[in-house]
Amino acid sequence: MFTSIFFYFLASIAIASAIFVVLNRNAVYSAIALVLCFFSLAVIYLLLEAYVIAVLEVFIYAGAIMVLFLFVIMLLNLGLEDAFPYFRHLQRALSLFMVGLFFVGIFLIMFNEQGILHQPGEKFSAGDIYALGEALFSKYLLPFEVASLLLLVALIGTVYLAKRKI
Amino acid sequence: MAENYLPILVIFVLAAGFAFVSLIITHLVGPRVTNAVKMMPYESGVDQVGKTRIRFSIRFFLIALLFIIFDIEIVFLYPWAVVFKDFLSAGSFIFFEMVVFLAILAFGFIYVWRNGALEWE
Amino acid sequence: MDISQFFTSADLFGIAPEIILTVTALSVLTLEMLHVSRPGIILMVAALGLFLAGALAINTSGDEQILFGGMLVLNRFSVFFDFLYITIGLLTLIFSQGYLEKRGSASRGEYPALILFAIIGMMLMTRANDLVIVFLGLELLSLSLYILVGFLRHDQLSNESGLKYLLLGAFATGFFLFGAALTYGAAGTTNYNGIVTAITNNTILSDTYLFLGIGLLLIGFAFKVALVPFHMWSPDVYQGAPTTVTGFLCTAPKAAGFGALIILFNRAFVDIHYQWQDIFWILSAMTMTIGNISALIQHNVKRMLAFSSVSHAGFLIMGILVLNETSISAVLFYLVVYSVVNLGAFAIVSAAEQEERGLNLKDYRGLAAQHPWLSAAMTIFMLSLAGFPPTAGFVAKFGLFSAAVSQGYIGLVIIAVLNTLISIYYYLRLVVNMYMQKEESTLILSYKMLAIVFVGLIAIMMIILGITPGYLLEIVTEAASTVA
Repeated sequence: MFTSIFFYFLASIAIASAIFVVLNRNAVYSAIALVLCFFSLAVIYLLLEAYVIAVLEVFIYAGAIMVLFLFVIMLLNLGLEDAFPYFRHLQRALSLFMVGLFFVGIFLIMFNEQGILHQPGEKFSAGDIYALGEALFSKYLLPFEVASLLLLVALIGTVYLAKRKI
Repeated sequence: MAENYLPILVIFVLAAGFAFVSLIITHLVGPRVTNAVKMMPYESGVDQVGKTRIRFSIRFFLIALLFIIFDIEIVFLYPWAVVFKDFLSAGSFIFFEMVVFLAILAFGFIYVWRNGALEWE
Repeated sequence: MDISQFFTSADLFGIAPEIILTVTALSVLTLEMLHVSRPGIILMVAALGLFLAGALAINTSGDEQILFGGMLVLNRFSVFFDFLYITIGLLTLIFSQGYLEKRGSASRGEYPALILFAIIGMMLMTRANDLVIVFLGLELLSLSLYILVGFLRHDQLSNESGLKYLLLGAFATGFFLFGAALTYGAAGTTNYNGIVTAITNNTILSDTYLFLGIGLLLIGFAFKVALVPFHMWSPDVYQGAPTTVTGFLCTAPKAAGFGALIILFNRAFVDIHYQWQDIFWILSAMTMTIGNISALIQHNVKRMLAFSSVSHAGFLIMGILVLNETSISAVLFYLVVYSVVNLGAFAIVSAAEQEERGLNLKDYRGLAAQHPWLSAAMTIFMLSLAGFPPTAGFVAKFGLFSAAVSQGYIGLVIIAVLNTLISIYYYLRLVVNMYMQKEESTLILSYKMLAIVFVGLIAIMMIILGITPGYLLEIVTEAASTVA
């Protein structure tokens, strides 16, 4: 009972802040609202007993990646108004229509099966860091090593594309 | 399991509460004097010299990007450290797993270093 | 803790090609850092690594092997794709000799290294037996490609297309990941065998989530292989990218995407494939038609070939619509022909490309008088793409169409044949331009001898394959029989 009230509270914060991110015309405010969104998501992860994911959400997304977002905003030096080009009416109408279609479609499909929204899947047996380590270093050891290649390519791309003199 | 984290919630509530309460109290109790000079923005007691919004150099961005990539690398070290002792009973495999991972990223670090991306040119 | 079920020395041997390619890429980067960046040396090292990886890949073929506790599956199908990627990578490296310098960028070791990383990613995609591996392979491929597309750092068009590709690609990745998450939520596992067990035992948590998951996965793939309506990025990116990269971009990732799609629908979603046939039908018809019609009005050769590659993706989707042994082997044959022909065509375009000229169809006027052999090769490539009888392109199209007809998709095949007829117009327009004598061509082609030898070899091979396709047909049938 307490958990589900808490969930709806957090979920509405997350959705509201996400809408704020999209609608606000000041990019810095949007970024800050995104932090709020990430935080509420992190707490939802906590409710699911996925503790590691919750902490990582705050560390990586709300921490590191948001800093990057703010850097980009300051790099582009966006003013308050006219920062973004206004959509043309046709584009706006079309995109609203598509988003609405997607939204309605997903809702129709989901409510087609009665009560499916409240039925939790297989619960995390243990969302703690030990369980994560156990899976990561035995079953998922190949993905783990491939991740290092992925990070290496990202490093190369960063240095090659963003460095002025190379 | 979730109950174990109750103290953390309490701390969060206390911290947020303290911030809010002190804000409200200063708002209510503090005297308010507004005049033109006081409302002027200032920089460390000196008159302002330019706009606040200046364009950041891309060098900050480069450093931030590199930071994120190594930050993600560090994340993998946490679960590794936690399970290390138990996995060691099955041999030193767990050790070499991380050695390979770190070797590839150490190569990336050398690459970054040699190309001078860590220097403030 | 027992790890022997997840890792043994056999696993290490199974991924030996990937390990070799990683080591090669790292050595190339090391050479670059030591300023031993003479293009010849770097090409030699990369080629050596590719040859070694190919040799090791063939060593592992034979019986089906399951590696890393079900993460990877090695069989003739995956080995076939490994070879395709290695060939494409090798040809791209050969054709790229001297191209970057011509476009005013230094020849850097990052270029071959990124191509090698992309090959590793693609190998993982077609060897994967788990959505996690497909995702990681796809990301490794995409990240390398984003950098390669923007590789000409001082060229505005290259930068723009790199950024465009990154933004849209990241968006597509989001779709893919969301789809994988929903599939996991429904089936309780990301492993293909696990998913198929869950579907047959009907222990799916919710058909709805599975349906949504498959749909979103399909959107992710459609973006990567440029199916209509998710093809918008491809002409701009193909045009802005360095031409040799464009050749790589429109061949290898497409092969990897289709390979992974075949495995996904043939292994994990095999029992519900029939529910998706309408979608594939529509995707196929739309992709080939819109790709072809857009190609008709292009004046830029790179854009024309970009739209042509969109329409070819539409033909290939027919093979996934049918999805039996015949159609899979037809897709494999088609991929081989399509890939090498496109690489050859882009090699000639990159040789003809100059500061301001060389990319417009008009610039090719009178080329045949100056470069008869290259023009002849280009003609063979265009005829092959159009599917004219003496070339391998005809055999490829014929195989695909007959596989579709035998399963009763007559309507789609009629659309495909009509599209083939339309496509002849724009392929032949280039040929006609080359053989028109009206204007004196001022195009000065710059190429390396090695590249020209390989262009010639490809052209001869297309004719030989068109007349006696038996050898390649045998290989693709054998490869297809291991998955079907």
